[in-house]
Amino acid sequence: MKLTPRRFADTIVLSVSGRVDHATAEAFKEALLGQLGTCATDQDRVVLDMSGVDYIASVGLRALMLASRQAKAQGGVLVTAALQPLVREVFEIAHFTLIFKTFPSVRDAVAEVSSAGLAAFEAAGAR
Amino acid sequence: MRVRFWGTRGSIPVVPTSAAIQRKLVAALVKGAGRALDTPDKARAFVEQELDFAVSHTFGGNSSCVEIETGTGEYVLCDMGSGARPFAVAALARHGPGRPQTYHVLISHPHWDHIMGFPFFLPAYIPGNVVRIYGGHATLEEAFRRQHGPPSFPVEFGQLGATIEFVPLVPGQPNDVAGLTVTPKLQRHGGDSYGYRIERAGKTLVYSTDSEHKLDDESAVVAFAAFFREADLVIFDAQYSLADAMSVKEDWGHSSNIVGVELCQMARAKHLCLYHHEPMLDDEQLAALLGETRRFEEITRGDHRIEVSVAYDGMELTL
Repeated sequence: MKLTPRRFADTIVLSVSGRVDHATAEAFKEALLGQLGTCATDQDRVVLDMSGVDYIASVGLRALMLASRQAKAQGGVLVTAALQPLVREVFEIAHFTLIFKTFPSVRDAVAEVSSAGLAAFEAAGAR
Repeated sequence: MRVRFWGTRGSIPVVPTSAAIQRKLVAALVKGAGRALDTPDKARAFVEQELDFAVSHTFGGNSSCVEIETGTGEYVLCDMGSGARPFAVAALARHGPGRPQTYHVLISHPHWDHIMGFPFFLPAYIPGNVVRIYGGHATLEEAFRRQHGPPSFPVEFGQLGATIEFVPLVPGQPNDVAGLTVTPKLQRHGGDSYGYRIERAGKTLVYSTDSEHKLDDESAVVAFAAFFREADLVIFDAQYSLADAMSVKEDWGHSSNIVGVELCQMARAKHLCLYHHEPMLDDEQLAALLGETRRFEEITRGDHRIEVSVAYDGMELTL
C-alpha cells in the first residue's frame, strides 16, 4: 500500500495504491490522517484518488471513516475519486457512498472542490 | 444438528403492516395475471416457484430465539425473545403438556428483547418441567425475575410451576448442555454479551448476536476468527450497515454484513446466516441485504466459498 500526495493550488490529491486489508490498514490510516493537517476551513481540499486500489477491507473503510471524521471536525473537504468497479461496489454495499462524495475521475473531484485546484491540475496536465 | 429459527428480529418485535401485505398481494396478482391459478395446488406451486421470497413470505418479526435439535429429547434454545412463545406452543403441541420436558436456554445477554418471551413461555408454568437458563451475566436471574409480578406482569416468578434453574457460565470454558459442547465468548455490547460455540459429532454452530466489532484491535479480530473457525454455521448479528456501525451507531453494540463475511472468510466457516435484523428493514430491504451480502462474498472470495443466508422466522437448517 502506498499513499502519494500531489498538490494543485489549494487541493491535495492523495493517490492510494495496492490492497488496503488487515495487513496494511493501520499503515494506511496513519499515512492518511497524517496528510489531513491542512484539510480545514479556508485551507486545503483533499481528493482521495482510489484508482490504484483493487481491494479494500472493512478495516480500510474504518480508516476512511476516521479520516472523514477528522476532516469534518476541522471544517475541511475530503472526497474520493476514481474507484475501481469492485471497490465502488464495496462502497455501495457498505453504504459508504452515504458518507463520502465519490466522483468518477480525479479531475471531476478537483473540479467540484476548487476552481483554483482545477486550473493548476489542468495546467500541470495531470490525470 | 438441526437449527430452527423462531425469532430473528433485533431490538423489538415487528409485524408486517397491512400496506406491506397489500403490496405483496398486488405484486403476486400482477405476476400471476393471465395464468390458470384456479386450484390451491396450482396457486401454491406458483407462489413457491415463481415469486420472490419477499413477495411470497415475510422474514418475520419475533425477537431472538433459535432452537437447536439435540436428538436427545431435551430442548436447547439460544435466547428467549418473543420467538420463545411460538416455540413453546409448537413444543407443547408436539408432545402435550402432560409429559415433563427439560428446556436448556443459552442467553446471550439479558436485554429485554432477548428475554421478553419468558413470561409467555408456557412450559415454565407446568409442574414437572425443568427450565435451565445458562449465561455469563451475574444479573441473569434478577433480569428474569423482575419481568414477573406487578406492575409489569400479573404472575409472580415464584408462581411458575416448573423447576427453573440458573447456570453461570465462564468465557472460554466448555460445558456439556444436553450432549452439546457449549463454549461461551465475551462480546462487546452494552452491559456485555456472550457468543456461543456449540459443537456435537463433528458439527459446529456459532451463535454470535449483539456483538460489535470495532476493528480497532487486530487481536480481537483474530480472536473472533478463532471462535468462528471452520464452523458449519455462524448466526451473526448484522443489524446495521458497516457505515452506520462505524458512524451514527458506533458503540450501539451491533455489527454488519460486511464484517460477518470477513470474519467467516478468515475463519473458513461454511455458512453465514445474517440475524438480529434492524426493525426498520422491511421484507424487500432484507431481501436486498441478502443479495448485496452474497455479492460482497463473491467479489471478495479467495479460495473458500461461504454460503450466505438471511434468517427468517420459521427457517430450518441442517448441519
